[in-house]
Amino acid sequence: MPSATLLTQSLITGVLAGALYGLLALGLSLSWGLLRLVNIGHFAMALLGAYLTWYLGSALGIPPYVSGPVIVAAFFLYGVALHWVFMRFRVAEMASMLITFSIAVFLESVIQALWTADFRRYETAWASSSVVVGPFFVPTLNLAAAIMASVLAVLTWAWLRWTYVGKALRAGAEDAPIAAAFGINHRRLSYILSGVCAAYAGVAGVFIALIATLAPSEIWTWVGVVFAVVIIGRLGNPLGALAGGVLIGACEATTMAVADPAWAPLVSFSVLIALLLFKPRWI
Amino acid sequence: MSGTSMSWSRRGVIAGLAGLASVGTSRVLRAAPSGAPIRVGQTLSLTGPFAQTGLVHKLTSEIFVAQLNAKDGLLGRPVEYVLLDDQSKPDVARTLYERLVTSDKVDFILGPYGTAAILAAMGVAQRYKKIFIQNTMGVPSMATYEWHFSALVSGDKPDKTLPELLYAAYDSTGHPPKSIAIVSNKYPSALFMASGTEKAFAAREVKVVAHLEYEVGNRDYGAIAARIKDANPDLLWVGCLGVEGNQILEALGQLQYKPPRHYYLYPSSGPLALLPAADGAVSLTNFEDVAPYNTTPVGAEFTRLFHEKALAASLPFPYADSQAANEYAGWQILTTAVEATKSLDDAKLAAWLNDATIDTIVGRRDFKGKWHTSSRDQEDLRQIQNGKWVAVWPKEHATPGVKLLAP
Repeated sequence: MPSATLLTQSLITGVLAGALYGLLALGLSLSWGLLRLVNIGHFAMALLGAYLTWYLGSALGIPPYVSGPVIVAAFFLYGVALHWVFMRFRVAEMASMLITFSIAVFLESVIQALWTADFRRYETAWASSSVVVGPFFVPTLNLAAAIMASVLAVLTWAWLRWTYVGKALRAGAEDAPIAAAFGINHRRLSYILSGVCAAYAGVAGVFIALIATLAPSEIWTWVGVVFAVVIIGRLGNPLGALAGGVLIGACEATTMAVADPAWAPLVSFSVLIALLLFKPRWI
Repeated sequence: MSGTSMSWSRRGVIAGLAGLASVGTSRVLRAAPSGAPIRVGQTLSLTGPFAQTGLVHKLTSEIFVAQLNAKDGLLGRPVEYVLLDDQSKPDVARTLYERLVTSDKVDFILGPYGTAAILAAMGVAQRYKKIFIQNTMGVPSMATYEWHFSALVSGDKPDKTLPELLYAAYDSTGHPPKSIAIVSNKYPSALFMASGTEKAFAAREVKVVAHLEYEVGNRDYGAIAARIKDANPDLLWVGCLGVEGNQILEALGQLQYKPPRHYYLYPSSGPLALLPAADGAVSLTNFEDVAPYNTTPVGAEFTRLFHEKALAASLPFPYADSQAANEYAGWQILTTAVEATKSLDDAKLAAWLNDATIDTIVGRRDFKGKWHTSSRDQEDLRQIQNGKWVAVWPKEHATPGVKLLAP
């Protein structure tokens, strides 16, 4: 049986890793839940954001707190443009999955062509630094990512719940014709939301660059777990995405601490299956 | 014909003669390869999770073929390298080898990268009775095809000989490890070696304080790092692929823990060498861009060419290592067999290789081991010292002035 210290330490790292899942899931969940677009390209955009952060930082010496806002703004514009294409060609939910899958494959090739398939690591002074709390170590960058994920999830939730734009977006997703009858221009508002989703991919990318080693194929390593997080957290629910990520991260870490680490993916997906079978109210 | 044109013609003859002379004595008598090319087909993981290593193999093959064609080619004919991308997927590799043999009609095939893809491709080679030379198969006993030949020099029992080599190296320092933690990817060859290491070290009464296995594509190493720190072994043995070793070391660094001695099975050489926390890390090798490997004529030329090509390809760590050298050795084995038999017949080549001893870039080797592996394990150990891989064991193969650091 592992010691309490080992178990707690594992939980800390698991929760922080889960928050990063939540950060990645945020844009995907909003896009799927409120725009009815399943954007697999979200993962590729996040990795592109990570590569841009790494490249601007390593090659040009531009720190992430400077490059990050520029990347996020550029990604917002990309999101708006992508949505224009989807609207122009009336892309449906299933078709969006295929199209964005193609975008992901295309971006993977672009990344490899630009920066080769070799591993890239953005070395910073914070890479191995931790906040020490008694016998426990809290990795600084993972903590920063978790804080960012929490702030964005809460702000997005508040935006959707209390602002006119948020309410209109939710109403449009719920029943577009009725929302339109009340004067809501869902099409116009959906451009904003699509931009926000892509911008969140940029935010996730900045933190992935700081935390992880980059390779073009990394796009696909996140897909399974983040989809599970989105479903657990309920589509279009920002707080749910964060909670789902933390739940999966904690389950994986606990499994790794008490059993063979190879069981971790099985346990997290078992949690997903169990939740789908018993259907708690929030799913 | 005008006088001017006569003059130009004369000048042309003189220039031609001067040009011939400038080719140099070494090439005057050498005929450029001519005739229909001999086609050699291969798939590599140019995309997907193993693309980093696939690129190293691609550059190496291109260097070898360029060197070959710059001389006499093969049997006086040019060699054409037909390379396809298997996307790091064994099923794709199998399909592409079918294509290479049946559609592209290559004369020879060389094995892809990685145990799983090799097994998939070997089935195709067996079906079409093609000689099959590979250089990255981690589990020799699975290569049962009679015309399979391994370019590796790790013998037929690497799960027994390599742990012995590692123990002997640490034992030579006067204080061998008393405990070991084994952390391994579930990839077949990594598990195979992890199991052998556990048995070998347990037989030496080294206490196995942890044996952890993780899935391919594992994302978070925080909990694994916590367990390693909790176990606090004298030696951390990591059955890693690619940058997993980096990820484990970074996770350990976040817990402010550094293993006193640490070994990595199949690391990505460049990223690990460039990680400050990896100083002192040990791994297998049979070739590096350091003495004694790069002081032979072939080794010196190859490391120079690889360095140039890797820089042009923007590789962050532009130095040849055993991955590159094993690919080079595979080509040497194939071309030596063709030249010796003066034949493109797979059966003749296989028969000749059965009893052959060949000088390769990774040393003189034969195929007398089971499953056509080398008859003895000729692997060495390397260690990261001051951000660079150097050879440390056995002593007679160590880089001059270097010894194994074992705190």
